[in-house]
Amino acid sequence: MAEAQNTPVGSTTAGAIAVAAESTVATRMSAPPSFDVADFPVPHGREEEWRFTPLERLRGLHDGTAVATGDGVQVTVEAPEGVTVETVGRDDARLGKAGTPVDRIAAQAYSAFEKASVVTVPKEAVLTEPIRIAVRGEGGTAYGHQVIELGAFAEAVVVIDHTGDAVLAANVDYLLGDGAKLTVVSVQDWDDKAVHVAQHNALVGRDASLKSVVVTFGGDVVRLHPRVTYAGPGGEAELFGLYFTDAGQHQEHRLLVDHNVPHCKSNVVYKGALQGDEAHAVWIGDVLIEAKAEGTDTYEMNRNLVLTDGARVDSVPNLEIETGEIVGAGHASATGRFDDEQLFYLMARGIPEHEARRLVVRGFFAELVQQIGVEDIEERLLAKIEEELEASVA
Amino acid sequence: MATLEIRDLHVTVEADNAEKEILKGVDLTVKQGETHAIMGPNGSGKSTLAYSLAGHPKYTVTGGTVTLDGEDVLEMSVDERARAGLFLAMQYPVEVPGVSVSNFLRTSATAVRGEAPKLRTWVKEVKEAMERLNMDPSFAERNVNEGFSGGEKKRHEILQLELLKPKVAILDETDSGLDVDALRVVSEGVNRVRESGEVGTLLITHYTRILRYIKPDHVHVFANGRIVESGGAELADQLEAEGYDKYVKGGASA
Repeated sequence: MAEAQNTPVGSTTAGAIAVAAESTVATRMSAPPSFDVADFPVPHGREEEWRFTPLERLRGLHDGTAVATGDGVQVTVEAPEGVTVETVGRDDARLGKAGTPVDRIAAQAYSAFEKASVVTVPKEAVLTEPIRIAVRGEGGTAYGHQVIELGAFAEAVVVIDHTGDAVLAANVDYLLGDGAKLTVVSVQDWDDKAVHVAQHNALVGRDASLKSVVVTFGGDVVRLHPRVTYAGPGGEAELFGLYFTDAGQHQEHRLLVDHNVPHCKSNVVYKGALQGDEAHAVWIGDVLIEAKAEGTDTYEMNRNLVLTDGARVDSVPNLEIETGEIVGAGHASATGRFDDEQLFYLMARGIPEHEARRLVVRGFFAELVQQIGVEDIEERLLAKIEEELEASVA
Repeated sequence: MATLEIRDLHVTVEADNAEKEILKGVDLTVKQGETHAIMGPNGSGKSTLAYSLAGHPKYTVTGGTVTLDGEDVLEMSVDERARAGLFLAMQYPVEVPGVSVSNFLRTSATAVRGEAPKLRTWVKEVKEAMERLNMDPSFAERNVNEGFSGGEKKRHEILQLELLKPKVAILDETDSGLDVDALRVVSEGVNRVRESGEVGTLLITHYTRILRYIKPDHVHVFANGRIVESGGAELADQLEAEGYDKYVKGGASA
């Protein structure tokens, strides 16, 4: 079911559906998951999980040389009534419950933070206003940890907004109680120099549903690792992503959905537009259906739109199935380019060049943007897309 | 009355790091209401003429003039030419992923007409134009040319022709790859536009088949980058009987 089309020169699309007795998703990592950075060797760049990442631009996050400074990031949490916002020490029992770091930087972040932030929505609370977490880069280096916990049948929208300039390694845990509904939007709207590496761990309770929206616009290097596991049957996860990679930027999204219990659903849709020299987007989509996960229904898709020469996409969907007793499983990846012939066609119908580009990019993202369901974020995204396009025309 | 005047047009294309001359002095005048068929063998430069008039960046004009009602077409960008009233129905329409036909048509009509068409009348206008071309309404929600069959692509081109109402329509091998039914539907679309009397039509074709449906006022034989003979509709009959041999003999028809 893998498809590839019009792949621009220098870009790759690889897909695999494996029926395996032993998980290659796990074995192709250099080391087993661990909270301790010392359990991971310093990457040299040829490892499967690092081979697309420019290590030299990580500002030392990967080799222990990045030391936290006082002026890393400023985190402010704005939450409606009834929500508990706490700053806790490293020994808090809620930390690390949603998942274990799977690579060196995630473990570095977990090993290095001093205080963590825990936001709790009590059981059965249904929030009418979003919880807003602003992570403002102040130019320094920081490690952090954020936990967002929803009690049983709670419903909440959380917006985590990253702006400014920072070198940041910080993991985020989402704990969804039974029947809880969480929509979380993580916006990476960094300044040009920022480096941001994070693992997002979601543990989806019985009959709970998660909608994760990852939006990456800014930064020099952004490498995110959204991961989902299920705590009980009936869970649903929708993972949406949208990125706009400009000249010189490296934006990497590595997803894992681990269908570890029966009768859960997952749907992954990531879309990216790229423009400019050395714009590099990487998308890794791993879906694992474990032997016990009967009744799984999963689909993952990555689409890339290359607007100019000099941009590169590496897209690798990987579906691993250990049981045949499932409802459905599929994946697709395609990278197409907006080329001179398309431009000519649209302009030959009277449409000015900047309008032609806008038409294509807006159309490409529109369907995905509409599924976010958080109005001010949708508007901001569309505005941001316009802004990116204006910059490219100038 | 709108007039497209092509005078001594010379056009080159870059091939193997060298400029190769494809058009070698084309002279042609197309007036509103007239239909000109340009017929010629493969490689004679017919399509180059079409794309050069539309302003495709691949082609370099090295000499001559093209004017539309006295305005210098060669000075205009591709979109300006379209807004000035030139329309090129392409032989190989391009896929534009992510852009629906309905969005594309409306954006294009807005650009060409200079203002957004009123939504209610526009929806009706598009619906009726699509019905006339035997196009299913679901077509409007598909992405431009993506996954279209050959016939669907050509119908979509003619749909645009009907909606954009240009002063001069250049149809580049619109008949190629069509079965008889599709050819009839597409030709009827072209004829509807012609009947308005407001469009000059430049019909570029390799075959005489389409001329049974679209009757030309003038037929020109194109060979080796130039018009080598012009006549009335009877010239097409002669080509049907004799082929292009006598025009390409000794000529460099690549």
